[in-house]
Amino acid sequence: MSAEALGPKEVLKTIDYKPVKRSWLELTVEFRKGTYLYTPPRKLLDYLGLPNPRKWLPSEKDWQLPENWRQIILEGMKDRLSKYRSFQLFLDICVRCGACADKCPFFIGSGDPKNMPVLRTELLRSVYRKYFTTSGKLFGKLAGARELTEDVVKEWFYYFYQCTECRRCSVFCVYGIDTCEITMMARELLNSLGCGVNWIVDPAAKCYRLGNHLGLPPHGFKGVIDTAIEDIREITGIKVEVSLNRKGAEVLFVVPSADYFASPHWFTFLGYLMLFHEIGLDYTFSTYASEGGNFGFFHSAELAKRLNAKMYAEAKRLKVKWILGGECGHMWRVLHQYMDTYNGPADFLEEPVSPITGTKFENAKSTKMVHICEFTADLIYHNKLKLEPSRNDRWKVTFHDSCNMTRAVGLFEEPRYIIKNVCNYFYEMPENTIKERTFCCGSGSGIGADEHLEVRLRGGFPRANAVKYVRERYGVNLLACICAIDKATLPPLLQYWVPGVEVAGVHELVGNALVMKGEKPRVTDLRFQPLKGEEGEGDV
Amino acid sequence: MAKILLGGMEIEVDEDGFIQEPERWNKEVAEDLAKIEMAYPMSDDHWKVVNYLRNYYLEFEIAPPIRMLTKQTGFDLKYIYQLFPRGPAVGACKVAGLPKPTGCV
Repeated sequence: MSAEALGPKEVLKTIDYKPVKRSWLELTVEFRKGTYLYTPPRKLLDYLGLPNPRKWLPSEKDWQLPENWRQIILEGMKDRLSKYRSFQLFLDICVRCGACADKCPFFIGSGDPKNMPVLRTELLRSVYRKYFTTSGKLFGKLAGARELTEDVVKEWFYYFYQCTECRRCSVFCVYGIDTCEITMMARELLNSLGCGVNWIVDPAAKCYRLGNHLGLPPHGFKGVIDTAIEDIREITGIKVEVSLNRKGAEVLFVVPSADYFASPHWFTFLGYLMLFHEIGLDYTFSTYASEGGNFGFFHSAELAKRLNAKMYAEAKRLKVKWILGGECGHMWRVLHQYMDTYNGPADFLEEPVSPITGTKFENAKSTKMVHICEFTADLIYHNKLKLEPSRNDRWKVTFHDSCNMTRAVGLFEEPRYIIKNVCNYFYEMPENTIKERTFCCGSGSGIGADEHLEVRLRGGFPRANAVKYVRERYGVNLLACICAIDKATLPPLLQYWVPGVEVAGVHELVGNALVMKGEKPRVTDLRFQPLKGEEGEGDV
Repeated sequence: MAKILLGGMEIEVDEDGFIQEPERWNKEVAEDLAKIEMAYPMSDDHWKVVNYLRNYYLEFEIAPPIRMLTKQTGFDLKYIYQLFPRGPAVGACKVAGLPKPTGCV
């Protein structure tokens, strides 16, 4: 029975960590509803020029793999082994010590041994041994090698989409093996057979065609901006100016498209615009680079590179000095760790300097792109903002470190520094569940679709459990975060495991607290909810 | 993909029951979809939401941002959930014959 139908207590009873008796080589995958993702329609694969488009579903017996599927995989592996030193190294050096085993949120939430990162990797490693190592070729099963069969491909699909590439396991690996890279390789191989997922390919195709994952065309984007301007005017009495595709602006501002589309992302979007108005930032949006996220990254390096290129092409065309980026997770992973070799170096841009404080962002020397939290924390540090934290008094806040922002970028303190300046009540979750040891939302890396809810609820359980701890101990009712996937997927997760905790972006809280010159007395927050003391109860 | 009977016509739907032939959508199709989405019988408020979604879709080929939907209809999110128990993205969009939004939403 699926997790949604069961309820939290019953689901916890289904988790059993006792080792199973059967051999791990045995194939046991069952594509039950709630545990697999839908596949992309042919037209999307065609649109992106991706291989082997066809109509199929993981739950069907015949996946209609191309005739030479084995050859495609083995050649793909060979190619990647020669291209990526890390891939070969990670396949070779694991001693199966098991330090990673109980660190994976999907293992914790499912008890499925193949969700231990060591064993998940072994699914691919066993094939590597069979076809690429002498011991595996000679001794086969004895050396942990196994034949590449269709069932193995199915098993890959099942387990490599139960990994969010969050990299918590890599923090604990004594060798520094990054299982995320194994997942990335496995997904690339699956995609070379046309075994992709719609939740990844659809946004990637739309981004390629229209500039953003949602497929909002330029005139739609304009309408959205006008709505945001109108919302801010209603709340503050101030009409902010926002420009689109303006050549010669100092800064290009790029956000994940969900920020101007979904809820609760929207309130963070308002926060950005209010902040920029208040400090008089000379910035522009672009309708062509209207997406910070990069779902291509969850598909293959090639697709990630194609989508990433837009941002820099647009910065060049608009002749901006540098790029400022919004609250997005994997956008920063791509920027911080891949962009320079995908499409860089961006030497046509200038090294970013805050026009308000004069701070030089040394860390962004190469990519020329600054994170909004670095930018805002610097403004606060230099006393450039007038803040009234009591406007956030209805919230008792905790902060969820997004996996990419911490483990890929190391952005721990800036968001906390901002929150502590714009909120009066802030409580940390337990030490081993935050910062570099943070638990992921359970839905990142393109697996956040509705049809995948059981997997998501299980993978997100450890995060929700830590939230439950601060809810019970301190009465926390708001989880702040700086990732659009978090904002989309944590609300249903928390509603399931720990009802009563809402989700917000850090810049929503900034927008609430920001005292703007000439603003009318605020009676509501950015959600149009009455401020504490304005509800008519007089408990200021 | 399966075909199901909606408004007296066989219409192709995806795995989640979203119609794949948006041009064949009409009032009767919407009402049959509303039965599936627990939004039947459809009141004027249901139609206000559906018509806004539909018109936005015809202009932009995508569902509108949530905030535009709530602003233009004057309904808050809570009320939209009362009208369409599975929410604006799944429930209301399906009844209006739109594809489901994907990505960080």
